[in-house]
Amino acid sequence: MENKIRVSNLNFFYGKAQALYDISLEVPERQVVACIGPSGCGKSTFLRTLNRMNDTIPIARADGEVIVDGENIYAPGTDVVALRRKVGMVFQKSNPFPKSIFDNVAYGIRINGIQTSKTDLNDRVEKALHDAALWNEVKDRLNTSAFGLSGGQQQRLCIARALAVQPEVILMDEPASALDPIATQKIEELVVELKRDYTIVIVTHNMQQASRVSDRTAFFMLGKLVEYDSTQKMFQNPNEKLTEDYITGRFG
Amino acid sequence: MDHRIIDQQLDVLRDKILLLGGATESAVQRAMQSLVERDSVLAKQVLEEDKIIDQMELEIDRLSIEILALQHPAAHDLRFVISVAKITPILERIADHAGSIAEAALVINIEPLVKNYVEFPMMAQTAAEMLRSALDAFTNEDAQLSREIIERDKEIDTSYKKVFNALLEMMIDNPSATTGAAHLLFVAKHLERIGDYVKDICELNVYLREAAFIKHSRLI
Repeated sequence: MENKIRVSNLNFFYGKAQALYDISLEVPERQVVACIGPSGCGKSTFLRTLNRMNDTIPIARADGEVIVDGENIYAPGTDVVALRRKVGMVFQKSNPFPKSIFDNVAYGIRINGIQTSKTDLNDRVEKALHDAALWNEVKDRLNTSAFGLSGGQQQRLCIARALAVQPEVILMDEPASALDPIATQKIEELVVELKRDYTIVIVTHNMQQASRVSDRTAFFMLGKLVEYDSTQKMFQNPNEKLTEDYITGRFG
Repeated sequence: MDHRIIDQQLDVLRDKILLLGGATESAVQRAMQSLVERDSVLAKQVLEEDKIIDQMELEIDRLSIEILALQHPAAHDLRFVISVAKITPILERIADHAGSIAEAALVINIEPLVKNYVEFPMMAQTAAEMLRSALDAFTNEDAQLSREIIERDKEIDTSYKKVFNALLEMMIDNPSATTGAAHLLFVAKHLERIGDYVKDICELNVYLREAAFIKHSRLI
């Protein structure tokens, strides 16, 4: 299996404070990688290094390499907008725009200056809503406000919005932590469904969620990658005692 | 976190399976004693106490399922619960074999004494030792000892063949001993099966310790 992302010796700093220490791992194409670890362990910081989302923080600095499709995304001259189109992101709290359902999904296509006919745009919005498993619930009210959707639907709308610009990788930062169990289940089913076409890296506090949806799991602690292996191995027989202690709730 | 909720339940589960192991070991040992010493009262006791073992099995099943459903164990905790859940019915089956030996004893004990029990005491002793060691290996999560016990199953198989042939000869030479000898054949088979079950327990001990499946390893 090809690696979509290869991270080598990545160190990350917020000013003088080091948040990530010498992280190296590979994300295989069309697989789901879950990042777990206690609060403040660096897993969200790590996620955000994969599409340079941390660039928005002025004092943030990264060294090391993050190779996506063979290109180091930290190399000078990298087109960050193109990078984020390729490596999309879904956040913990759903954040639809104060627009209609349709315009939310079409937003990325329009802002990226992707030239489409009206029919093409409609098709792409419909496909993104289908892929996000939301189409059947919203097809009759595409022009109503996105705020009228439930929390779970809003989160799937945000996923549809991310999918509409046809990314190859989707980063998800605790996408279901604010949702009820049914909405959570839908998101989890969606993640499994999406990996047919996309590479997914998901940060989650919910260990069962990591074990249910991911192929590989990375356990972070105090900014270090303690262990990274197949999810099966991590949850049945991890190599590191720290991993075992964390996933069995001996500390947290 | 020093004390997890699951720890208390895992401790109870450990206590329960050790009690079941002890009861099973005692059932095998006393069933053989009832045969060798022609003690039918003891044989009846063994049969009577099988209900207690069945009850213990039910309790362990219930607790294992409860822990899986409510505590979502992972890693070693998960392997422990799975091992207990799989070892429990094996112990219950070993106890059933002990019951069958006790039933045979009730018949054999009223028959004329078969000349001698040939290799029986040794075979029974090996089976009992293997069972005790397997339970020790479970308690100490000793994969090395478990592998050694698995090898000892061959001793029982060899004894079984000797006992089988000796009893067959006995039936040919002395037709009046046929009833007793035929029942002893069954006893030998029960002991041989107990050896196989102990082997299964040891394979689960290795899984508990190493997360490795050594059963049917040619298929993995």
